Amino acid sequence: MKLKGADMFWEVLIKEGVEVVFGLPGGAVINIYDSYPKYKDKVKHVLVRHEQAAVHAADGYARSTGKPGVALVTSGPGGTNTVTGIATAYMDSSPVVVFTGQVPTALIGNDAFQEADIVGITRPCTKHNYLVKSTADLPRIIKEALYIASTGRPGPVLVDMPKDVIVGEAEFVYPESVKRRGYNPNIKGHPAQVKKAVEAMIKAERPLIYAGGGINWSGAFDELKKLAETIHAPVTLTLMGLGAFPGDHPLFIGMLGMHGTYAANMAVTECDLLIAIGARFDDRVTGKVEDFAPDAVKIHIDIDPASISKNVVVDIPIVGDAKVVLNQILDELKKADVDWEKKHRRWLERINYWMREYPLTYERSDQVIKPQMVVETIYDLTQGKAYICTEVGQHQMWAAQFYKHKYPRHFISSGGLGTMGFGFPAAIGVQVAHPDALVIDIAGDGSFQMNLQELATVAQYNLPVKVIIINNGYLGMVRQWQQLFFDRVYSETDISIQPDFVKLAEAYGIRGMRVEKPSELKTALKEAFEYKGAVVVDVRVDREENVLPMVPAGASVRQMILTEPKTDTNGEALKRMRPINFPS
Amino acid sequence: MADNRNNGEKQRHTIALLVENQPGVLARIATLFSAKGYNILSVSVGETIDPEISRITLVTEGHPFIIEQIVKQLRKLIDVIKVLDLTASGEDYVERELVLVKVSARGEARAEAMRIAQIFRGNIVDVSPETFVIEFTGNEGKINAALSLLKECGIREVIRTGKVAVLRGPKSLKIS
Ligand SMILES: Cc1ncc(C[n+]2csc(CCOP(=O)(O)OP(=O)(O)O)c2C)c(N)n1
Ligand SMILES: [Mg+2]
Repeated sequence: MKLKGADMFWEVLIKEGVEVVFGLPGGAVINIYDSYPKYKDKVKHVLVRHEQAAVHAADGYARSTGKPGVALVTSGPGGTNTVTGIATAYMDSSPVVVFTGQVPTALIGNDAFQEADIVGITRPCTKHNYLVKSTADLPRIIKEALYIASTGRPGPVLVDMPKDVIVGEAEFVYPESVKRRGYNPNIKGHPAQVKKAVEAMIKAERPLIYAGGGINWSGAFDELKKLAETIHAPVTLTLMGLGAFPGDHPLFIGMLGMHGTYAANMAVTECDLLIAIGARFDDRVTGKVEDFAPDAVKIHIDIDPASISKNVVVDIPIVGDAKVVLNQILDELKKADVDWEKKHRRWLERINYWMREYPLTYERSDQVIKPQMVVETIYDLTQGKAYICTEVGQHQMWAAQFYKHKYPRHFISSGGLGTMGFGFPAAIGVQVAHPDALVIDIAGDGSFQMNLQELATVAQYNLPVKVIIINNGYLGMVRQWQQLFFDRVYSETDISIQPDFVKLAEAYGIRGMRVEKPSELKTALKEAFEYKGAVVVDVRVDREENVLPMVPAGASVRQMILTEPKTDTNGEALKRMRPINFPS
Repeated sequence: MADNRNNGEKQRHTIALLVENQPGVLARIATLFSAKGYNILSVSVGETIDPEISRITLVTEGHPFIIEQIVKQLRKLIDVIKVLDLTASGEDYVERELVLVKVSARGEARAEAMRIAQIFRGNIVDVSPETFVIEFTGNEGKINAALSLLKECGIREVIRTGKVAVLRGPKSLKIS
């Protein structure tokens, strides 16, 4: 059967089980859009208002389902607008496939209208990318792209399709399987290494499980829980891992790293066995590398051999898929005759002491809404059942700290790249994947303004996304650094001139709410969550609250800042602070 | 068990790769090296008897830790089929490089250049009243020695191919 490239595109996506494409058309892909109505009963297209949002939405879809997310954009600026989205997915190993149009093959290199070398531009931030040479190749390449994106260590793949490839015709051959001799991810852990790991567990007195986003991608939730419960070891998670282990489990000791809990960071420092699973020893986690788990034997389970011993040298590397390797370990552990509870009792007592003495906390107030209180209230109302997306900044860290992340794939946040503007479009993707779920974007006032054009998308598709703006009138996280490390010179971080977010929402036909008093917070949020449509809630919070604890960048855990620094310039800064105002 | 990223002396490694013979593969490798801040000292590429596969010989330098990362990162590239760090393999291998040198060949330098070419088994492949072009092949030591002697005569241009290398004996790098 002969088909046009434009039809092959949809045919293959449908055959591959793709349910939704996030995109925005243009000249180079207009034929694909022209074909779309024929396929629209089998695959949904969500029209975004900016291509960056298409990729974040696809990313949110992927993170909340574990399946690849797909975006479709035009050539030139359509492609370049996706770069931040692609880099975001790359840093967090998210399986996103981005299709770009390209100028006709014959014009490539001519600086033709809307030509950009998107394959060249995205080479360092994709797992792989393609320039399609002929229409006949298209089905194979699309299948490969989806396969590569979602297997091994997942990551974004870009497929650049010149116009002639899209409009051209060829025999439609749908390959049954993918064969790439240069791509064979290692799934099963080496049995000898598995044995060694179990021996180390038997020997250890102070073990700590440190798990990350790899658990989500592998779907190793039950296995992780089983391991922790079997060997009775405490668990700490990275930002990317939150939810991979139940946040209300007695063995969970909180997130680790720069804004991790005291207990988690101390446990890392004092453990004698660190079991890293699907985590990559990021600098925001380790702080000063020399002081990270200095006395521990380190086991590292990761699908990506290049992640092993990249930042921190490990003793027992195991290359493989987390779920498979954990099952191997669990099997091996069955042979061990150990009273784990007894062996680790003192260690867990010590950790519990840290958790009791230095819990995550803040100064409560009935005068002004504390940002942490907003997150706590959201938890109260949802009991961890909502999908929580975040932007980037202080609010993101509070969302990580003060919400109990109980369920896997329910916390969606840009960790590696730290992309402001990620959360709202990601929430769109999550909502499309889970139409009946409560999807919340915990947003900063700065970040939300980076992709607020997507209010139109939310309006068009009646997506009931709840945007809760933790509005401090600041690029708050930067302000915090300025306060702590730059003598309170609040250089260019005051964003108190901002739109009236309530009216803004209303301008898009969406409900807007404002909350200013602590006493009104719960009722307002409850109303927002129960409302059937999208809501933007502008929550005015204490402007100068800080995220604590904090391990300064590059410092060791022992230099953790635990309490609000009281500097004598406090009063001055407050006086200079502008109230949040709308431009007149 | 502390971090030992920068432990050990910098080492020079010769790495052999089999890759898909497709446009962009070399660009991917170059991007990897520049993005990660690795050094490439030389690189040479050519088709193998299977026209779908190219062989790349790459010489790089770094601490042992970095070299290990380089090999792992190269393996991650989808178009890279096989990677062998010859230097780390513990196997014997032959390394060769070809170099073309244009030297001044006037007066005394003419005889001197011919003599050096002879000693190092170079071929004079172009002759003009003013210059010779001499071709040498050999390992790095030999080529550097020839070049340093030729400096006396006045070198006008040096063009090196970059190293190619192969395992000694019956073993070979192939797709399994
Ligand atoms: C695209 C982008 N630009 C700049 C930054 C640097 N940055 C990190 S946090 C932050 C402030 C975010 O402000 P806001 O969204 O209001 O969140 P807050 O910290 O106030 O909660 C900035 C500018 C970033 N992470 N991403
Ligand atoms: Mg803010």
